[in-house]
Amino acid sequence: MSAVAPSRTFDVSGTSKVPFSRLVSVEMRKMADTRAGLWLLSIIGLITIAVIVIFFFVTSGNADDRTFINFLNITSTPLGFLLPVLGILLVTGEWGQRTTLTTFALEPSRMKVIAAKTVAALVYGVATLLLAVLVAAVAASIGGATDAWGGDEIVESAKMLLVIVMSILQGVAFGLVVLNSAGAIVLFFVLPIAFNLVANLWGWLNERAMWLDLATAQTPLLGMDPATGMPLSGNLTGEQWLNLASVTALWIVVPFVIGLVRVQRAEMK
Amino acid sequence: MISVQGLTKTYGGFTAVDDVSFTAEPGRVTGFLGPNGAGKTTTMRVLTGLTTASRGTATIGGMRYSDIPNPGLHVGVLLDASAQHAGRTGREVLTLSAKVMGLPARRVDEMLELVSLTGSESKRRVRNYSLGMRQRLGIANALLGDPSVLVLDEPANGLDPAGIHWMRGLLKTFADQGGTVLLSSHLLHEVEIIADEMVMIGNGRIVAQGTKQDMLAQAGGHGCFVTAEDGAQLRRALDGSGLAYAQAGEGFRVEAQPVQVGRLAVQAGIVLMDLRAADGGLERLFLELTAPTQREQLTEGAQA
Repeated sequence: MSAVAPSRTFDVSGTSKVPFSRLVSVEMRKMADTRAGLWLLSIIGLITIAVIVIFFFVTSGNADDRTFINFLNITSTPLGFLLPVLGILLVTGEWGQRTTLTTFALEPSRMKVIAAKTVAALVYGVATLLLAVLVAAVAASIGGATDAWGGDEIVESAKMLLVIVMSILQGVAFGLVVLNSAGAIVLFFVLPIAFNLVANLWGWLNERAMWLDLATAQTPLLGMDPATGMPLSGNLTGEQWLNLASVTALWIVVPFVIGLVRVQRAEMK
Repeated sequence: MISVQGLTKTYGGFTAVDDVSFTAEPGRVTGFLGPNGAGKTTTMRVLTGLTTASRGTATIGGMRYSDIPNPGLHVGVLLDASAQHAGRTGREVLTLSAKVMGLPARRVDEMLELVSLTGSESKRRVRNYSLGMRQRLGIANALLGDPSVLVLDEPANGLDPAGIHWMRGLLKTFADQGGTVLLSSHLLHEVEIIADEMVMIGNGRIVAQGTKQDMLAQAGGHGCFVTAEDGAQLRRALDGSGLAYAQAGEGFRVEAQPVQVGRLAVQAGIVLMDLRAADGGLERLFLELTAPTQREQLTEGAQA
């Protein structure tokens, strides 16, 4: 047998850490390289287009409703349902399939991996907003409304972006806390319903809903006054911003921190 | 070099790994042997930073795993071949790892070829893979970054005998190039075939370690099987020699080294038809050393 010169020596001096941008692009790929993930991304895109098209046709008798802002805001409801699921699955997909064993073997910093997942989900969220803005703009241009571009489109788009970012972060946070796809999705949808049920029976809670309930606090972002249900536009009042900060702390920051601690301490099996 | 020193891992009141110390040297394949639930996997998880130790250290080349930059390029890890997303193709699994490590796509093809996963197999989803194919994919994943250290948990599980010999060749070459290999198994014969050194663990404690020859010496030697043309003549010679023996088939099992029996036969002018070392010395040692843990292991297995 010919002797082989030892070529495999452990020497890390010439190696740098895995760059964060690379982790983000890998996490984005992970969302799209399974059937379930690809379906979810496709559905998010298709539904965004579909609700605008449907709104276009149901307003055929009243073309003045076909404003850019109306088209954009109509996408908020389906996106509010679907984007959190994307955030949840990006986290829980790993735990359910136990691919964390490989993921954390290649990048031992769990915080970096979670950060990369969060950024990846946000990139998809921004891409979805761009799609919604594009389709809404096309619909408004051909809709025939006399004042299709009458509002402050930039401000309304920014508010929509904030709703999307909050939805995704909440999804990631719930995913981190539960670490199980089905459980996190159920909790995400059931908790607000439970809150409303309790609030209906308990006046004290109902009066403080704008401080405690995410959906109530978000309604001004979607162009509606939470108290009166009347259309609302322009910037939020100071109190409405504080409402948003309150629900963000309660529904996003707290679960996110609990989830991070849980992941940091969890044993990978 | 892999170094585990005084490693202890407790879960509540249960001690999974109890003061375990061993090293795996470059140029050698070290087999980590023990029954299921003995603490092998826990030790390997601590070694790769997936679990924190209660006490003690586990380092690779003097570094904690979490301090190794881009660790996939230095340490190839396979902890559970089944822990792959069932909906990804084999090629995609490797592509994701290659992208994290910053390797070209060509490397994925090289690894698929190395582990004999064909083009069409690599495009199938992992859900449709046999355990053997998953193991090959997991080994490809571990070797992807051209590491100098391999940590493999039960890599031969699910491989057919030809596959086990293929892995022996693969790991032998890796070690001959100066690489360090630590692999675990609950099957003695796998480790006997693949490993140069053995570390035997039972109930969370190291019960024996060394080369196969060391371990056999520890087991107190082992016997041999001998068959002579004239059985009665051999029996008389054995009686005269004072060696302990027993009838075994047409021949005898003698509690002595084959060379002693060979000498005896020459002296007595006996024609031997068969003389060989009895296998199973290690097997007996393995069972003896791990016997106290076997019963507990059942309940542990039920919890897991």
